[in-house]
Amino acid sequence: MSTILIIEQVLNGLQSGVMLFLMAAGLTLIFGVMGLINLAHGSLYMVGAFAAAAVAGATGSFLLALLGALVAAAVAGVLVEMLVIRRLYAADHLDQVLATFALILIFSEGTRLIFGSFPLYLDIPDWLSGPVTLPGGIQYPLYRLALIGAGLAVALTLWALIERTRIGIQIRAGENDREMIAALGVDISRLYTLIFALGAALAGLAGALVGAIQSVQVGMGEPVLILAFVTIVIGGIGSIKGAFVGALLVGLTQTLGSVFLPAFFRLFLDPATAMSVGSSLANMAVYILMSLVLIFRPTGLMGARA
Amino acid sequence: MIRERHLNILLLAGFLAVPLYALAVDEPFTITLATRAAILALAAVGLNIALGWGGLVSFGHAAFFGIGGYSMGILAFHAQNYMPLDLGFAVLEGTKSMPVIWLVATLTSALAALAIGALSLRTSGVYFIMITLAFAQMFYYFAISWSRYGGEDGISIYVRNEFPGLNTLAPIQFFGLCFAALLLALWLNARLVASPFGLALNAARQVPVRVQTVGLDPTRLKLVAFVISGAITGLAGALFADLNRFVSPSMFSWHLSGELIVLIILGGVGRLMGPVIGAILFVALDHILGGWTTHWHIALGAILLGVVLFARGGVIGLLCGPKGQA
Repeated sequence: MSTILIIEQVLNGLQSGVMLFLMAAGLTLIFGVMGLINLAHGSLYMVGAFAAAAVAGATGSFLLALLGALVAAAVAGVLVEMLVIRRLYAADHLDQVLATFALILIFSEGTRLIFGSFPLYLDIPDWLSGPVTLPGGIQYPLYRLALIGAGLAVALTLWALIERTRIGIQIRAGENDREMIAALGVDISRLYTLIFALGAALAGLAGALVGAIQSVQVGMGEPVLILAFVTIVIGGIGSIKGAFVGALLVGLTQTLGSVFLPAFFRLFLDPATAMSVGSSLANMAVYILMSLVLIFRPTGLMGARA
Repeated sequence: MIRERHLNILLLAGFLAVPLYALAVDEPFTITLATRAAILALAAVGLNIALGWGGLVSFGHAAFFGIGGYSMGILAFHAQNYMPLDLGFAVLEGTKSMPVIWLVATLTSALAALAIGALSLRTSGVYFIMITLAFAQMFYYFAISWSRYGGEDGISIYVRNEFPGLNTLAPIQFFGLCFAALLLALWLNARLVASPFGLALNAARQVPVRVQTVGLDPTRLKLVAFVISGAITGLAGALFADLNRFVSPSMFSWHLSGELIVLIILGGVGRLMGPVIGAILFVALDHILGGWTTHWHIALGAILLGVVLFARGGVIGLLCGPKGQA
């Protein structure tokens, strides 16, 4: 097992981690401020990817496609928030799970109705394709490196937005005490719509960025949604910092596990058994990680004490 | 408003009448649909004990459904291939006998529910929803990579398992078995709710602190409810596998967990017959709307949204008024 392989896999893990963070950040904000479990967050990811594929198909520009993804997901987010989600803030978790599950059904079938069942493809633009040589002679795809950079940049912007701006102060205040900031004259329902749109836009961006290395298809948001939930539960629901740490942990666990666990079991099992035991454990590793975190710290790594 | 007891009797009579009518006019497919509804109802009755009375929003009951399914799949697989299962300390022949399979399915899913429940009940609220989901996902991925039993392709069982004295290949007789299992579970559910345990469980959902002050342990009450719940859903899984003569990892999928919750909410949470109405509606909608358009999930989604936003309490709530009045 060479160092180059390890570094490559760590980079892959980071890449899937930061993309997961884009999903998880919105999810955790929405839960932290509004107390809402949004299962339909994966659908917004899908909306972003489809919008990007459609815009790229029409204009041929990748940057316009990203912009299209942001706008489409944010608009879808605002619509969903104003029509449905707004009525759910006071409801219990069961109703929220059910209503947003219903939204998934509507979004998925709606997308299938418009775009058909065949996957679409979003191409990596020329100026981001091909490998780059990293220090130490490692060849690594430029696009994946760009994803890491973009993810970190968004994380930094989000941090600045929440820690350094007036909106950020309102968001943090909303997490602590909704009634109080409403009483202080902040238009709480506009703030909620804004947060929902922000989360939706981040999800849409993630969908578009990842859509270029995977195929764009109905249902693509669901595996990511589940992982994003695992992420925010590990990090502590409501904590952006927790979402970041959780996303990197999940991304690295999943990527490194799928490479190194089969290799590890090959040391003392025959190759076929090692492959199957290793790959099953790798898939389960993320969930094992989450249950361990919850069993020992029932509110997540950076969650508020219960 | 109809009285809930009257509605329940009417409903069960109607449920029984449909396959009998189908038998009379020789429409075996309708009997299969009714069997499917009965099995889904059984699974949801199981979940309703945890969700409706225990207040435990389990988003991972597919785990027990799948364990029940795989219990059937593995036992029947070894029996049909004449390939004994070597456990190291004992050698199992496998079996095609339904009663044995049911017993194994119920016991293994109860054991799994005990382990999952004991760990998950350390958390609550949203964390409980997510940790139960995580456990179900673990089983899902485990089943996918378990190449000995088909991995992603699952296990096909060529002939339906046997029940002494019955011909299970006749759709109406298999329906009878599933319906009987459903009635048994409903009876158990009703007895449970009226028992001292059920009353304590109800209280543990509403005000755990008070339950604690009278000397009962709310977590233990909820754990017992979770185990019973998992066992019933596991039995449903074994029956479902026998209905399709096929087991695959999709029985563990989170969609199934979601659908079980959907059934209960459609019918009415914490109502004895809620899951039954929900399952009948779900299978009927699937069949009717699904025959009309492949995009029927849009309609299902809209109906669900309508129920959550405007018809709290589901169908039973709509017909009989809020809980506790009828």
